[in-house]
Amino acid sequence: MAWEAAARVRNRYRRRSPGEPRAVGYLYLLPALAVFVLLVLVPLGQSVWYSLFDWDGLTPATWAGLSNYTGLVTDPTLRAPFVHALVLLVFYALVPIAIGLLLAAAMSRVRVHGLTFFRTVLFLPQVLAMVVVAVAWRWIYAPDGVLNQVLRLVGLDGLTRSWLGDFTLALPAVGVAGTWVGFGLCMVLFLAGVQTIPRELYEAARLDGAGAWQEFRAVTLPALRPQVAVAATLTIVAGLRNFDLIYLTTSGGPGNSTAVPAYEVYHRAFETNQVGSAAAVGIALTALIFVLTVTVSRLVEGRER
Amino acid sequence: MITSRRDRVLTYAVLLVFTVLALVPVLQVLSAALSSPGAAGPGLRLPDGLHLENFADAWTRGQFGQYLRSSVLVSVAVVVTAAVLSTLAAYAFGTMRFPGATVLFYLFVLGLTIPEEAVVIPLYYDFRGVGLLDTYWALVLPQVAQSVAFGTFWMRTYFAGSSQALIEAARCDGATSWGVLWRVLVPSGRPAITTMLVITFMWTWNEFLLALVMVTSDSRRTVPLGLAFFQGQHSSDTALLAAGAVLVATPVVLVYLFFQRRFVEGMLSGAIKE
Repeated sequence: MAWEAAARVRNRYRRRSPGEPRAVGYLYLLPALAVFVLLVLVPLGQSVWYSLFDWDGLTPATWAGLSNYTGLVTDPTLRAPFVHALVLLVFYALVPIAIGLLLAAAMSRVRVHGLTFFRTVLFLPQVLAMVVVAVAWRWIYAPDGVLNQVLRLVGLDGLTRSWLGDFTLALPAVGVAGTWVGFGLCMVLFLAGVQTIPRELYEAARLDGAGAWQEFRAVTLPALRPQVAVAATLTIVAGLRNFDLIYLTTSGGPGNSTAVPAYEVYHRAFETNQVGSAAAVGIALTALIFVLTVTVSRLVEGRER
Repeated sequence: MITSRRDRVLTYAVLLVFTVLALVPVLQVLSAALSSPGAAGPGLRLPDGLHLENFADAWTRGQFGQYLRSSVLVSVAVVVTAAVLSTLAAYAFGTMRFPGATVLFYLFVLGLTIPEEAVVIPLYYDFRGVGLLDTYWALVLPQVAQSVAFGTFWMRTYFAGSSQALIEAARCDGATSWGVLWRVLVPSGRPAITTMLVITFMWTWNEFLLALVMVTSDSRRTVPLGLAFFQGQHSSDTALLAAGAVLVATPVVLVYLFFQRRFVEGMLSGAIKE
């Protein structure tokens, strides 16, 4: 059987081009595929399996069916992290895209001197390790940190506080750090897009007396739709995956006011011995990322047609 | 292009504001890293001199020398292995046709969307099961697998776009598929390969979760993890912590400054546009 199949493949591909049969492709593929299957796909399957059990990681597991998944909805301590993640997406994705558009639009109207410098600096936060970002932003938010320094400078002493220790403000505070990381990436993406827009479109808009805002609405934004989709996908995926920043700035606290699914996976699996539940959170997170990625690309493609 | 003076002033004002915002957190860490231990603290201020001994201190007392050794070892192993495996796989996907190629390729693309959080728990128990927990293997192998998805995706685009005529010509000269790959396509694909290398390097160097879970002994910790533990233990030692943060960030920042174009194009390709 196998030999027969191989012969069929050989015949099929011999006709197409000279040289050896293209079934040799499997050979080139094999090492990468083996590593990928063994260390990504198999563990993913195992995660699904774990998520169907109650397991503390030590004693034998007991079958739990889908209860770990229903827990995601019914258990407030599991529901909250998903809500936090969606709130954070405003800061991780929406705000950076808005800032990126603002910067790109501003640069589209004027020939900027030192463009390379601005681009290099604004993109820089993106390449820093999250540990470094976390150290920097913990200091910004510290009682005697930059933010409170600035507030005191402008006479708003009443607003100073330990930002990351504040129950309502810790989540947006972490979000702003995420905005800081992401906006340069969005800007660079949009800037590349802006440069492909024909100059004539802008000239025409100006002849028609369009102001900056109208020009942006009529010319820049429509042309940048594909780049916005890419930016949304990148920032959403990175935002939902972001474990490091939360773990290193707040560890989900105070209380669980900044807990997110990515953090909950680690916390439950390796700190509170709820392996099954942790696996369920991980799988749900994967599904959420997948659905959002597909939705974003669909939305954009749908509008284009 | 005709632009009004007001437009120009406004543009530079906006750019300047965001440049300052982008730089303040970085400058604050840099200045603390150069300050004397007594003067360093959160908040933005000029350093009180050039206290480079903070770096020497971080290197020895903060054990960053050792962490850097681990990081270099793991990064080199991951980057080289993933590059070779990705190139081979992408060569097959990009230049050959065989049954199942499309399905298998989409399997790799799917890998780009799978977060680490979904695999890290089984990886921990699997590696513990075979006695490889707390070894460099536990850091290298999973990261090779995760990088291979991106590498294959990225390099396939290059191979698919490479000149078919060139390949045919080399084949007529009697080159095997192996020869075509290494003597024709790889040398002319240096830009694409560079992009793959720098992106994989950045991911591996900055990786945190996997290092946190898979390694427990201090001697095998990579720099991001070392910094996190250092922060936990000596959070009041601001100057040293800042120097450590600079040591963690510098290699990737240097690579970024040298290969900026490659870096940016690689990171932006991460969105799946097929």
